[in-house]
Amino acid sequence: MSYLLVISAGMGTPSSSRMLGDRLAAATVEAQSVRSEIKVLELRDVAVDLAHFYTSHVPSRALQDAFDLVGKASGVIAVSPVLNAGVNGLFKLFFDLLDEGVMAGRPVLLAATGGSARHSLAIDNAMLPLFFYLKATVAPLPVFAATDDWGSGESGLARRIAAAGRAFAELVQARPATDYADEFADVPDFASLLDPGSL
Amino acid sequence: MQIGIFSVSDVTTDPTTGRTPSEHERIKAAVAIAKKAEDVGLDVYALGEHHNEPFFSSSPTTTLGYIAAQTSRLLLSTATTLITTNDPVKIAEDYAMLQHLSDGRVDLMMGRGNTGPVYPWFGKDIRQGVALAVENYALLRRLWTEDVVDWQGKFRTPLQGFTSTPRPLDAIPPFVWHGSIRTPEIAEQAAYYGDGFFHNNIFWTMDHTKRMVELYRRRYEHYGHGAADTAIVGLGGQFFMRRNSQDAVNEFRPYFDVAPVYGYGPSLEDFTAQTPLTVGSPQQVLERTLSFRDAVGHYQRQLFLIDHAGLPLKTVLEQLDLLGEILPDLRKGFDEGRPAHIPEAPTHASRVAAARAAGTLAEAHVPVGADDVTGQSPYEQAEASSLVQEA
Repeated sequence: MSYLLVISAGMGTPSSSRMLGDRLAAATVEAQSVRSEIKVLELRDVAVDLAHFYTSHVPSRALQDAFDLVGKASGVIAVSPVLNAGVNGLFKLFFDLLDEGVMAGRPVLLAATGGSARHSLAIDNAMLPLFFYLKATVAPLPVFAATDDWGSGESGLARRIAAAGRAFAELVQARPATDYADEFADVPDFASLLDPGSL
Repeated sequence: MQIGIFSVSDVTTDPTTGRTPSEHERIKAAVAIAKKAEDVGLDVYALGEHHNEPFFSSSPTTTLGYIAAQTSRLLLSTATTLITTNDPVKIAEDYAMLQHLSDGRVDLMMGRGNTGPVYPWFGKDIRQGVALAVENYALLRRLWTEDVVDWQGKFRTPLQGFTSTPRPLDAIPPFVWHGSIRTPEIAEQAAYYGDGFFHNNIFWTMDHTKRMVELYRRRYEHYGHGAADTAIVGLGGQFFMRRNSQDAVNEFRPYFDVAPVYGYGPSLEDFTAQTPLTVGSPQQVLERTLSFRDAVGHYQRQLFLIDHAGLPLKTVLEQLDLLGEILPDLRKGFDEGRPAHIPEAPTHASRVAAARAAGTLAEAHVPVGADDVTGQSPYEQAEASSLVQEA
């Protein structure tokens, strides 16, 4: 069964990033004619593994499982807290270490959380370039939730989440991601590697 | 089954004493370790190649030639030979030379090298790594199998009428393995040529090693070299052992914790659980090593990394003594349940025997017709070669 994957780089448990991710996933599924399963990847669970992989090149089993989870998701809801005008280090580390190509053509809904609405441009300034670089198919309506938004009925957060969910559901339906090709299954034929001039 | 050791040739401070050995000490230690490997009954000594500190082994054939002169049985190999930044012509020459001097006790393992800055020092680009490995190796094979080569490629100046000398011993080039940690193209390359495939098996999980080996085996069969289970597979591995397993853990931990590459990373416990590293008693090393077969099938060569991370020579030699003690049981274990059709790793002797059986064994090579003053190419004098008497 196809699934949507929430990737949350929230630092605490619970975190507002995770909460936003869950709400966006629910809104997306709500808008789908055929409802997807929802899976969640909390990056804090593999934070140490990511650091070790970064410096020691040893991917843990849990980290490999996390990477595999992304490669088979029909759509990704990527949520990061905003720190110092960008995504947090955990979020960046994960997408830096994910195989190049896993996000290519994969629908992604961007979302971020922060202390005030003044952080909201981090989505445009930090997340968009990252996912454009990864050649992801970025959904047109991202969502930023400031601390205030959670305590006020007038912030329009619920409405923005619902709208983003509908747009993302359409995108996933129109351009569902294909499973990231297993690099071991998809072997380049050696003839294509050999330069005819050197034969 | 060939069992041996491989060295990356790092010069590393001993973290327990703060002392850094000199290059001279490490180079002499490499020779002592290789000789000891033969003494305890091991089959293979393989030496790395690097062109940057903190490694000493920039010139493997010099070292291996020196070791060849002081050993009689040990097979000498590389871990790895840089097929990307080396000139394939020089590889062809150097290793054919070593093959003659060692009476055929040499094979090679090709690797690309993963140190970015080294490539530009040799006029190359790491992003071209796979393309370099493919083109250079294709040329290397021709230099070894064809007496006179005309060649043109992308990465090297063209060759016209070139003969790489000396010609391989008995006209049979050294056997070649291809080493790669995670590049499917290299497993494919090994399979295409029917060469050996070696997985370093040190930094990644056994599950990953298994997938690489499975790919190689599948493609080996695809290219018609034989059934997948007859492909030639080698694995790396590493251990630290003491008679008492807790002593091994206590003694190795300070080296592990700050070791190059994986130091300051996962804990010793995590690393031993996730990778093939075994720190413990000889019995534990024996059992863990024999379990590799469960993942990759019956294979041909097992090499261990034992002289890295600042371990003093005395300790390394003790490790070799312990390895020598479990060696009979290792061999016995590897033989257990091994079907008769699983081949041994090719050696010069076995390849000569095969060529003789097939009636393709060549006469010893005698240079033809070259002018010893001008070095005029035999290619231009091919017509005159009939004038030269066979030896």
